[in-house]
Amino acid sequence: MATAAEHAINAPLAPGSGSPGIYRHRLATRLWHWSNVVVLIIMLMSGLMIFNAHPRLYWGEYGANSDYAWLEIGPTATGGHLVVAGLDIPTTGILGQWTDANGNQQTRAFPYWATIPSGYNLAGARRWHLSFAWAFAILTIGYLIISAANRHIRRDLLPKKSELAPAHLWQDVKDHLRLRFHPTDGTAHYNILQKLTYGLVLFVLLPGVLLTGLTMSPAFNAAWPWMLDLFGGRQSARSLHFICAAGLVGFILVHLLLVMLAGPINEIRSMITGWLHVRKVEEGSA
Amino acid sequence: MMIARRKLVGSLGVAAGGLLLSGCDRVAGTPAFRSFVEGTDGLTIDFTRLVSKRDALAREYTLTDLSPVFRANGTRVPAAPEYQSLMANKFADFRLRIDGLVRQPLSLSLAQLRSLPVRTQITRHDCVEGWSAIGQWTGTPLSGLMKQAGLMPSARFIVFHCADDYGASKYYESIDLIDAFHPQTILAWGLNGQRLPIQNGAPLRLRVERQLGYKHAKYVMRIEAVASLAQIGAGKGGYWEDSNDYAWYAGI
Repeated sequence: MATAAEHAINAPLAPGSGSPGIYRHRLATRLWHWSNVVVLIIMLMSGLMIFNAHPRLYWGEYGANSDYAWLEIGPTATGGHLVVAGLDIPTTGILGQWTDANGNQQTRAFPYWATIPSGYNLAGARRWHLSFAWAFAILTIGYLIISAANRHIRRDLLPKKSELAPAHLWQDVKDHLRLRFHPTDGTAHYNILQKLTYGLVLFVLLPGVLLTGLTMSPAFNAAWPWMLDLFGGRQSARSLHFICAAGLVGFILVHLLLVMLAGPINEIRSMITGWLHVRKVEEGSA
Repeated sequence: MMIARRKLVGSLGVAAGGLLLSGCDRVAGTPAFRSFVEGTDGLTIDFTRLVSKRDALAREYTLTDLSPVFRANGTRVPAAPEYQSLMANKFADFRLRIDGLVRQPLSLSLAQLRSLPVRTQITRHDCVEGWSAIGQWTGTPLSGLMKQAGLMPSARFIVFHCADDYGASKYYESIDLIDAFHPQTILAWGLNGQRLPIQNGAPLRLRVERQLGYKHAKYVMRIEAVASLAQIGAGKGGYWEDSNDYAWYAGI
């Protein structure tokens, strides 16, 4: 056990330092993580192309061009804009009006570099999205089952009562702002902000995006009509699908930033080999 | 050292992104991708059929749920001369033909169709693009017509031949017998208590409520029972399936 006298410097070790590592990520977690890198990016990018076919979002059961859209992306007379809840945000060059790889001006919502396929193709995007949805569903459900069985959820992800105390949460926020991400006791437990974020992703965003996706299917609506009630109608499900996907994009961006800040070599290596190198510093040397 | 590493990781990310972008479009054209896509498509049909009862009903709504405006999409007025002359006469000369693998081919006027058992349903129309509209449809159940015509045992699909030239060829669609005999599958001639408007498919349009909008053929002129879709159009079972590779099964 580490004592309070021991302090750790959070900068990760250079590789090959020979310090004993900590086994942090099980094989199931690593396989799932790297499969998700591929599958989730394909789902997100093909999803943006599907959105391009009708770049408006509604609440309730129905919603088409003459109905009120709470979010809309499109061209204006002079550029592109995003209108969300009445707020008109100019997005010329990125959303609603942009220049494609051949130098032609386009007025679709999301630009070619963010979509699969890169040129407008709803049928193609649906092929990608609905095929990889199988991989996505199997990965998500499979990982949840395995993580419950191998106690990953209970042991690593479930916050302890003491961690949820406001003082502890605030301490962790301060640690993050000081770029101190690893525990100071020589272990490699997830910190509380990490647990809450992973919990949000694993138990809210991923199941949410899966279920709201199925709720957009007229066949599944007939099979499981309760899903329409759960999400407040098909167009609400479509909006929530987009919001969950946006949440996942936000997670990925913050996740990549924090991996960079925490030391990308050590972090990425630990996600490949499972082993995280943590340097414990003798008293007084910190 | 650290900065160099960050640059390295960053540029690897950019390179991977570029590879992904150009790669995905290229991958989509390969036979392996094609078989993957068709395999999962089959899986989707099987799974949908596994979890839903054969006659599981699409949700039916109430009059207060109707879309204020029911959006029309695709062809608004078919340009074909035959259709134009039918339209000029308010479809009094219209005859729905039912033929193919049936024992008793039929030719029915609108008045004859309306004299058959009627079904009215308020359902949600989901376009493949993503929008939805709720409308009240009144029409003749397809199952009754199929029984009247008497399907031969070899019939496996029902093809709907339409009046509209969409692009270079005539619009058509097809469904299997599960959907053909589903209680909500009707040939609608009324929308929201009125005669079906031209822009929504007058005089007859298919409603196949557990699938997306492009399956709901408008301007239906002829219904053909077939054993295989291979000989119809380009063989994929529908106009959009042939021309743009939309999936034949549009339950999702």
